[in-house]
Amino acid sequence: MEVGNWLVPSLGFDRRQISIAAITGLLVLAALLIPLPLTTYQLQNHSITLNARTFAYEPATMRVQRGDTITLKLESLDAAHGLAIDGYPVDLRAEPGKSATITFVADREGKFALRCSVSCGALHPFMIGELIVEPELPRVRAMLVTLVTAFGAVMFFWSKT
Amino acid sequence: MNTSRIEITRYPIVKKILTSRWLQWSAIALTLPFFILAILAGFFGTPAGNRNFGIVFVWIVWWGALILLLLPFAGRLWCAICPIPAPGEWLQRRALVQPRAGGKLYTLGWKWHRKLKNIWLQNFSFLAVALFSVVILTTPLVSSIVLALFALIALAMSLVYERRAFCRYLCPVGGFIGLYSQLAPIELRVKDHAVCASHKDKTCYVGSDAGYGCPWLVFPGALDKNTYCGLCTECLKTCPLDNVALYARPFGADLFSNTGRRLDEAYKAFIMLTCALAYSIVLISPWSILKETAYAVGSPGWWVYAVAFLAANLVIVPGIFYAGVTLAKKIARLTTPTKKLFVEFAYALVPLGLAAWIAFSVSFVLINFSYAWQVVSDPFGWGWNLFGTADWEWTPYFAGAQAFAQIPILLIGLVAAIGIAIRTAQEQGASSRTALPVIAFCVAYTLALIWLYV
Ligand code: SF4
Ligand SMILES: [Cu+2]
Repeated sequence: MEVGNWLVPSLGFDRRQISIAAITGLLVLAALLIPLPLTTYQLQNHSITLNARTFAYEPATMRVQRGDTITLKLESLDAAHGLAIDGYPVDLRAEPGKSATITFVADREGKFALRCSVSCGALHPFMIGELIVEPELPRVRAMLVTLVTAFGAVMFFWSKT
Repeated sequence: MNTSRIEITRYPIVKKILTSRWLQWSAIALTLPFFILAILAGFFGTPAGNRNFGIVFVWIVWWGALILLLLPFAGRLWCAICPIPAPGEWLQRRALVQPRAGGKLYTLGWKWHRKLKNIWLQNFSFLAVALFSVVILTTPLVSSIVLALFALIALAMSLVYERRAFCRYLCPVGGFIGLYSQLAPIELRVKDHAVCASHKDKTCYVGSDAGYGCPWLVFPGALDKNTYCGLCTECLKTCPLDNVALYARPFGADLFSNTGRRLDEAYKAFIMLTCALAYSIVLISPWSILKETAYAVGSPGWWVYAVAFLAANLVIVPGIFYAGVTLAKKIARLTTPTKKLFVEFAYALVPLGLAAWIAFSVSFVLINFSYAWQVVSDPFGWGWNLFGTADWEWTPYFAGAQAFAQIPILLIGLVAAIGIAIRTAQEQGASSRTALPVIAFCVAYTLALIWLYV
């Protein structure tokens, strides 16, 4: 019993398909690794006041460039709220009249969710904001990989008959 | 077609376990107490969802286990251990473990209406739950009312209707479990169809001293897809000719035959596909206005949301797909009715839909899993600390790394969808390029999810 038959029953893999799969794999790797042209950019300091209320952050989206320094002041407009940022060691907690501040360097590019870390009510687990660190290469690469994979799959399954 | 399957029940020990009458009973004896505790916690525990056993165990732990593990790897296995129909089934059998003589059932034995012998009701019951899901997922009391209602309806139905009519025709979860179980790498099938054909008694369908006739109203001898087999193993117990077996098989094997494709199942595929996208937009995006509107049931904004949600599920997404299929038909100059092509091609959305649900679930199950430690120790949020884990802090597992799982999963779903779309075109006697509009639809959908997640 071939391994290929387990994945794609009754099709079997012929030589053409194996080459297509291999080339697609290489193109996917390329899409993941190839350095993309970047414009040079002057690093900045951002001072952002992030207002938390049940169940949202204001601004909902923060946009910075990689390497920028962010000074984040979490202020709460109603109950106690927290702030954790996926992929960044941020852990703040604020209450009305008691804000919290952190300064960090946005050294990872991409999109990162802001999440409330203090139980604040029904929609608390979905109290989400986002930090976008440009250039958004992960998104561009993910989309490229998707297109390459789709194209490879079409070629792989294509038949002339 | 299934040349590469392995008969698991060939091993005596496996066969022995699967034919033990204690198996299903003990599994349900484990899940039922959790189910009852979840309902009680919702009624009597704290209204803070993430501190309530009911919300955390049902919508994070159970949901995560179902979508990330059980469904992709074991298909309908959940249905075999599900506590919801159990009390009704026990009453119907007037037995817990050993059946009464001949597998007799005590019910009024009503037959399900012929026109409803499909999954349309499941499509609508799922949509009904989905429409209010932002409330159900987050509000313990509402969640418990819904779960208790399921259990009560299932109970009432087993007293009146024959067998597991609730599971088969009404359960909102059962519909999509059935659809996606076609992808699972296991199947229950008869070994030799000829044996069934010549076996007059059809013990597996009518029952015997050894077990009940198929609770799912399926004749095992005709089984060629997983969709409606609840893996209860009754037929393994009742077949006197030892003609039923459990097989390991390639993922997705059911989708390589296009027999018996139906509009109700096709719609299930659309509803699931649409909901995975809708939830990704409403629940895990930074656009709080959407989740707040979806939560504010009855407000003017909610009505707009409700109409948009239902329209997306029932009209817009299927409509776009229909347009794509019309184009495909033009490309191939096919004479097949467009509606039939629409149904046939919709099955390409089965792997894509499951991949979308897995990817969506990845985005919140692990992030919120640590609430499970708290509620295990303090299920009602009353300040208990049964196992000393009540004040373990919320820790988002793999935060920031979800995309590394989401993207590959979505791509596997997309590749499978493309394979099935091209194959479906060929089955219709058309060239591969006929599938291109359907493939474009699948690629666009995948890109939309990736744009939201990454
Ligand atoms: S086919 Fe067998 S295992 Fe499946 S539901 Fe019917 S009796 Fe149960
Ligand atoms: Cu909060």
